[in-house]
Amino acid sequence: MTTSTGRLLRVDLTHGRVAVEPIRADWQRDYLGGRGLAARYLLEELDPRVDPLSPGNKLIFATGPLTGTPVPCGARYMVVTKGALTDAITTSNSGGHWGPELRFAGYDMVILEGRAPRPTCLVIRDERVELRDASHLWGRTVGETEDGLRRELGIPGLRVACIGPAGERLVRFACIMNDRHRAAGRSGVGAVMGSKNLKAIAVRGTGGVAVADPAAFMKAVWKMRDRMQNNPGRISFTELGTAATIDMTQAFGGLPTRNFLEGQFEHYENLNGTTIKETRMVANKACFACTIACGRVTRLGEHAGKYLVNTHPRNWQAAGEGPEYENAWALGADVGVGDLDAVLKANWLCNDLGMDPISMGASLAAAMELYERGVITDAEVEVPLRFGSAEALVRMVEATGYREGFGDAIAEGSKRLGAKLRHPEVFMGVKGQEFPAYDPRGFQGMGIAYATCNRGACHLRAWTPGFETSGGRDPHVPEGKSEWVVHEQNRTTAHDSTGTCLFTGASGGALEALVPCTSAARGVAYTIDDFVKIGERTWNVERLFNLAAGLTKADDTLPRRLLQEPHKAGPSAGVVVDLDAMLPVYYRERGWSEEGVPGRDKLSELGLAST
Amino acid sequence: MNQALTIVPDKCTGCMQCELACSYVQTGTFAPSQSLMRVSVFDEEASYAPFTCLQCDEAWCMNACPVNAIAIDAASGAKVVVDRLCIGCHLCTIACPFGTVFTLPQSGKAAKCDLCHGQPACAAACPTQAIQFGASSRPGAWLDSWAAKVHRSHVAAFGE
Repeated sequence: MTTSTGRLLRVDLTHGRVAVEPIRADWQRDYLGGRGLAARYLLEELDPRVDPLSPGNKLIFATGPLTGTPVPCGARYMVVTKGALTDAITTSNSGGHWGPELRFAGYDMVILEGRAPRPTCLVIRDERVELRDASHLWGRTVGETEDGLRRELGIPGLRVACIGPAGERLVRFACIMNDRHRAAGRSGVGAVMGSKNLKAIAVRGTGGVAVADPAAFMKAVWKMRDRMQNNPGRISFTELGTAATIDMTQAFGGLPTRNFLEGQFEHYENLNGTTIKETRMVANKACFACTIACGRVTRLGEHAGKYLVNTHPRNWQAAGEGPEYENAWALGADVGVGDLDAVLKANWLCNDLGMDPISMGASLAAAMELYERGVITDAEVEVPLRFGSAEALVRMVEATGYREGFGDAIAEGSKRLGAKLRHPEVFMGVKGQEFPAYDPRGFQGMGIAYATCNRGACHLRAWTPGFETSGGRDPHVPEGKSEWVVHEQNRTTAHDSTGTCLFTGASGGALEALVPCTSAARGVAYTIDDFVKIGERTWNVERLFNLAAGLTKADDTLPRRLLQEPHKAGPSAGVVVDLDAMLPVYYRERGWSEEGVPGRDKLSELGLAST
Repeated sequence: MNQALTIVPDKCTGCMQCELACSYVQTGTFAPSQSLMRVSVFDEEASYAPFTCLQCDEAWCMNACPVNAIAIDAASGAKVVVDRLCIGCHLCTIACPFGTVFTLPQSGKAAKCDLCHGQPACAAACPTQAIQFGASSRPGAWLDSWAAKVHRSHVAAFGE
């Protein structure tokens, strides 16, 4: 069996019905796949005002045209839905092996609708697709669920995407995990899956992905691989992983510390790529088709026994993966914890319970700030939520995943937590989603990137620090940042839609390299301009969804702390984010009105006039 | 001097580029399930093991075949299945002590690594040189040092 796919699986969970449909060919051409294609389907099919945790929401898993091929890092799939954390469209990306397996089974995309009457899992074995009872898996961790399904179905090669206890309990920032340690992490896609009573999607595919012009395709693949092989970015990812970034953000005063109260962390060296490599790392681990292998398999240090403070014995694991830069920050600097073993432990707990470590750490940091200020009292918490407390970190991660005690409040995310306690100023994020690990007071460009990102604060839609700290540019001035962010957002969106990893872009395999790969795979002659246009079209589709969902210009903003309260010390001292200077330029550059609404001319230009 | 595959499991990251390359040679598509090079993943030990036919000097599969459908390729020295002769009796798959002869579901016939007639696609595709192809005293020589290493770590963990 060979397949170039072009098919989607539509699953009605309410009535237990499964159907195979052809994917609209015009959309596949105009949106490539993955993020773009799924966003277009969501805009077409979903009422943007739907409650994200209601049966009316839809949950889409989408691969791209290069997923499951030997294009470097052709491993990615995208989860697209209305986010439980953000009440906006979200597009959450994951690697590992699950996305390729879906294509080997013969499907590009899965659209899930409704709500199953009882805990359910979807099992896809090539043409055999069935909904199975998953009551016995409900309550299980991610690792237990994956192992359990593999044993139960007797398929060693089975790939599983699932939720953990956090997704079941509708933790607002629950992930969908696959291959145990890979996550469609942000915006609460796991809570949406949990609200649908869907525990897992297990896939085994024995077919092959065919490409339109194999000779041209392999030529483009090898050209890209050769360019990446000796690229310094690629080598750094392989040698030191993403956590190497911590040295750079620290140097520029852009490493948010203790809920963004400071811009540098005194223990940053405990958490950086070098320390992880030299003291905790066992091996590199690659996602499917990845020639970088930035993943770190890690072990706890010798004296880590004190962090086994969990109340649930099933979480007493002593091995896992990570931490990535973001996790080392959120579970480290942002909560003031400089103990790598505690960070590792918290990171693995997040993976096994199925929670986004960024929002987890950031929400805990907000709670810690309120505890230090006396708003949260000892009577409310089982451990003192002091900044820097490793015990509080590990225990609260677990308590949040299970919604135990004060963890129940943290599980709502820091925006809802701050609002409930009447201190909304502790929420450090945009559109309900917590910031990742770049302080916009250290990198102005990240300010406009965060404020305008369609899925709330995110570093993966336009990553500015590399641009801002090179070519003689000043990361502390707003000029020139909006234009670049628009440009980068469009390119990144196209990249996401191909089904490959964004890290190829920083490893010598930029978007230009993906154009001939995609053209040969699809048999369509794309140019780089086509790709940028596809990115822009998709960005506008996401924007239209959000506007229809009720978001406005007022949501394209940043917390007061970043706009009015500069750091007192360090390289970024005295700087605040000049959003007023950047936002109008951004809207103009996008061809939007002063209120941030795409005009008719822009929509016509993008072929979106009918929407 | 023979040419043989040498596998260095420590270098493998589990990316499956070898399976993609092998299946592309076999089928013209990217279908890891059809690959004759297979990567075993041992997550708990953080270990990945690519493995395929060792091209034994005295090949059990060859001896077992009742119709002489397994021959020696003159160019590479590899034991290859002659598709025209194979009757799909599965005896070679049972005879192989390493489990590296497979039956193709579509044709019902045997399939095994033929070293791509001297230019193995898996070795070319491996980004970390975990699979190498070159001169070797005998096929599978790499297993000796690997077995010794596993033995040492076992002794270190559990004693003699």
